[in-house]
Amino acid sequence: MAMADQPAGKSFRLSMLLYDTRYRSITIQVIMLALFAYGVYWLLGNMYSNLDDLGKKPDFSFLSTPAGYDINQRLIEYTSQSTNGRAWLVGLLNTLLVAFLGCILATIIGVSVGVMRLSKNWIVARLMTVYIEIFRNIPVLIIIVFAMSIFIKFFPQPKAFRGDDATASMYLWDSVALTNRGWYIPKPIFENGSMIVVVTFLLSILGIFIFGKWAKKRQEATGDILPTFWIKLAIFFLPAVVVYFIMGQPIGLEQPELKGFNFKGGIHMRNSLISLWLALSLYTAAFIAEAVRAGIMAIDKGQTEAAAALGLRPKRVMNLVVLPQALRVIIPPLISQYLNLTKNSSLAIAVGYMDLTGTLGGITLNQTGRALESILLLMITYLAISLSISMVMNVYNNSVKLKER
Amino acid sequence: MKKSVLLGTIAAVGVMAGVASAGTLDDVKANGVLKCGVSTGLVGFAAPDANGNWEGFDVGICRAVAAAVLGDSDAVQFVPLSSKVRFTALSSGEIDMLARNTTWTFSRDVDLGFTFTGVNYYDGQGFMVRKDLGVASATELDGATICITTGTTTELNLADYFRVNGMSYEPVPIETNAEAQQQYLSGACDVFTTDASALAATRATFENPDEHMLLPEIVSKEPLGPLVREGDEPWGDIVRWTLNALITAEELGVTQANVAEMAKGTDNPEINRMLGSEGDLGGMLGLDSDWAVRVIAAGGNYGELFESNIGETSVIGLSRGLNALWTQGGLIYTPPFR
Repeated sequence: MAMADQPAGKSFRLSMLLYDTRYRSITIQVIMLALFAYGVYWLLGNMYSNLDDLGKKPDFSFLSTPAGYDINQRLIEYTSQSTNGRAWLVGLLNTLLVAFLGCILATIIGVSVGVMRLSKNWIVARLMTVYIEIFRNIPVLIIIVFAMSIFIKFFPQPKAFRGDDATASMYLWDSVALTNRGWYIPKPIFENGSMIVVVTFLLSILGIFIFGKWAKKRQEATGDILPTFWIKLAIFFLPAVVVYFIMGQPIGLEQPELKGFNFKGGIHMRNSLISLWLALSLYTAAFIAEAVRAGIMAIDKGQTEAAAALGLRPKRVMNLVVLPQALRVIIPPLISQYLNLTKNSSLAIAVGYMDLTGTLGGITLNQTGRALESILLLMITYLAISLSISMVMNVYNNSVKLKER
Repeated sequence: MKKSVLLGTIAAVGVMAGVASAGTLDDVKANGVLKCGVSTGLVGFAAPDANGNWEGFDVGICRAVAAAVLGDSDAVQFVPLSSKVRFTALSSGEIDMLARNTTWTFSRDVDLGFTFTGVNYYDGQGFMVRKDLGVASATELDGATICITTGTTTELNLADYFRVNGMSYEPVPIETNAEAQQQYLSGACDVFTTDASALAATRATFENPDEHMLLPEIVSKEPLGPLVREGDEPWGDIVRWTLNALITAEELGVTQANVAEMAKGTDNPEINRMLGSEGDLGGMLGLDSDWAVRVIAAGGNYGELFESNIGETSVIGLSRGLNALWTQGGLIYTPPFR
């Protein structure tokens, strides 16, 4: 309205930037921004010139020189002759692997524990409380190191499996070996024709979704409820299994076998990975459980009672009434727990898991002496990972949050 | 208000960054204590004893420098550092010198900006295995799981050795010697590799040292020595010539027992110059004239330090080998005190 009252033709004067309340706040903000930018520029310049004085100009060319060291767990091709940049990538993938596995397991444990803590069964509820209080109140580093030392001390050495007087034996028809160097599990070998099985499997997963939607529509239209769980389970397994046998069992399993010093073949899950994964999951799950409990308790008791009055069974009340509403409360803290788990994975070096901090921020930093550059790259990488997780989870949050119409 | 405080802090940080680079010698004298980076615990080289006093071969070097500069061999603050953080600690000024079984290499000297002040132990990388593993040579280690301390030259040597010999291995990276011991003893790795001297020192602390053996191969050159930051030559000179004084003392027969006597003057002009009864070598270093007397009185000469900490009479039981004086067929040799 103020604009409309201005007599037309009165031109803009510079002093209005200071004395006119319409422009003053903008002026102040622009000046602050300029000062802030100058401050950052000045600090960076200071750092650069000080490093220059020390004869250590920031230089990122080390990323393209051979790393010279080996990494035990590599998800992509890597040798000691690969570049430091490649080692960075290997570390990044290892970080993402443990973060991904950790988030899944932590969610499963956390949701179960959170729901069970609200159970009417006294023992179950108390046990879950004990679990949460123990894991929430011990530093995660200690849990990681503790898990690792259990793996090292209490699992048998590979040589204990050897010979006629072997003191240890493999599990599940000699296909799984648990040693103090990690777990060896069978590895699927894809032969000719295996693609068809995989495609069938993927199609049946798609089929499950389509069936779910159709069943829901049918229920809304007719009120009939199908035993969807069993049908979905059948769709999940049957087509793939049938095609697997029709194609002549094209997917084989490579069994781990004791050869030389170690087991060979199969998938080697190193105990550094397992202990880090379990420790991070158990620790974060305690927090997720509390978030889940808070979310469920945030739903008014009247909702449960109203649902019960309509004749819904307790399980359906939870699945159809309470949890969908609780998710709105649960998701935001869940995002921050996922971020915490990912960032906590940088404690990996305590057990020698070669994650981002172990490769770029550890060995590369040490062998090249490029501390500042490595740490900068490290921070940027973690920032990028965290922001990506945040973004994905926010999209999900938007999809479940209360729609105001 | 808050903003002006912020800007003030930023300005202060900027000024501080400009000032913090006076001479290390002055800093050490002003602090009255030498901050010396050592290993996190490697018996024979640097480890605290039952009473918490640090002792060992590398510790002896720290004490000798403290004796030369501050006149008190106990005026040392020992900073235990893992191999991974040692260089950052030195270049950031957290410590004044590093005596931590550190290999003198081209890139550390030239690129990382350090000055190695000499070699106090000529070493090489070895492999330790259990005797019942049935391995007699490093060439039979194809497929083995190997414990290595990260951030060391041994990590790179290992990669090179196995690549050149066309063998594969599973590296288990470890931060400290103690963790390596734990993993090795529980059989989580077949082999433990690091400098042969450190392997011998580690083995000596095992419950049953006889169950373990060092493989005959020595796969690298590892000249270990103390180092300082580059760009502070006067301080580097003090550390360098403290080490040289220790070695020259052994060569000339000056020992912890007789150094006070010899400091009064002898027939040998080099001893006189070194111990300060002739000329003013101490003054040239920025120290007083009997600095070298205190250096030798602190823990004995090079030979005495070696014998009492890692020599054949100690638990570690290393023979002098390459580390004998040049007059006895070894490599230990210093420029003259002149």
